[in-house]
Amino acid sequence: MLVRPKEGILDPQGDAVRSSLRQLGFAVDTARVGRVVDLELEAASRGEARGEVERMCAELLANPLIESFDIQLVE
Amino acid sequence: MSRGRPRVAVIVFPGSNDDRDAADALAELGAEPTLVWHGSEELPPVDAVVLPGGFSYGDYLRCGAIARFAPAMAAVVDLARAGGLVLGICNGFQILCEAGLLPGALRPNASLAFVCRDVPLVVERTDTPFTSRCEWGQVLTIPVKHGDGCWHPGPAFGSTNVVLGYAKGHNPNGSVDDVAGVVNDRGNVMGLMPHPEHAVETLLGSTDGALILGSLLDAAHERALAVA
Repeated sequence: MLVRPKEGILDPQGDAVRSSLRQLGFAVDTARVGRVVDLELEAASRGEARGEVERMCAELLANPLIESFDIQLVE
Repeated sequence: MSRGRPRVAVIVFPGSNDDRDAADALAELGAEPTLVWHGSEELPPVDAVVLPGGFSYGDYLRCGAIARFAPAMAAVVDLARAGGLVLGICNGFQILCEAGLLPGALRPNASLAFVCRDVPLVVERTDTPFTSRCEWGQVLTIPVKHGDGCWHPGPAFGSTNVVLGYAKGHNPNGSVDDVAGVVNDRGNVMGLMPHPEHAVETLLGSTDGALILGSLLDAAHERALAVA
């Protein structure tokens, strides 16, 4: 799953990355830095797996105040 | 009959590094501190709890995100919900926000730099158990040392939750509205990024931290007497 700084939240890491890329000559408008958490788990169905990961995000993996998340299921 | 010194639990997480300084400062000010390992499911009988500064769990995932689930935290949350006094310093503040006991969240400093210096703080509320020894508007000089102190409010935040603000022009981390310390609605839980335990001796430059810790101990002592 991917965790990103929520839209509108100041992301100094992203700004630093954007500045560095522009300094290197890349025409980047914005950059936001998040994190990837790869999880392997057993579940009876894709739906159950997604539900489990959503609960993990709510409890630990993401802070809903300042982060948004995306879950990608890979079998 | 007047009881002895107020008892304070200082919770120690793997990676906490200001636990002993906090305990020493509290002892200097007349408390009876006890270091409590994060793995303890129960707290000893105490009149207040302090969550100290440091890098619990290496700041992995998010600062304080893992520490909030430590066995000792269940007891701290119960104590806080029952109205007990809890003070979170730096990493402790981060843990209290992650635990939902304080509003908001702490993000990386806007400058991306780790800041370690004395900062002037303005007292915004004196009607809390943590600032009763202060005057409204008083400027306190207390050191900060953190890389993730940029505070963001959440939807539950109200301006009355602000207890301490960085003096204008001296915000070291980009915190929204220059917020340095917040208290919950009930007023029994406070968190702040600066380190009062590092400002209790003139040798170290400032004793303003003693006003905060001393206020806490006054309140802890009162509660101990009330129960006795």
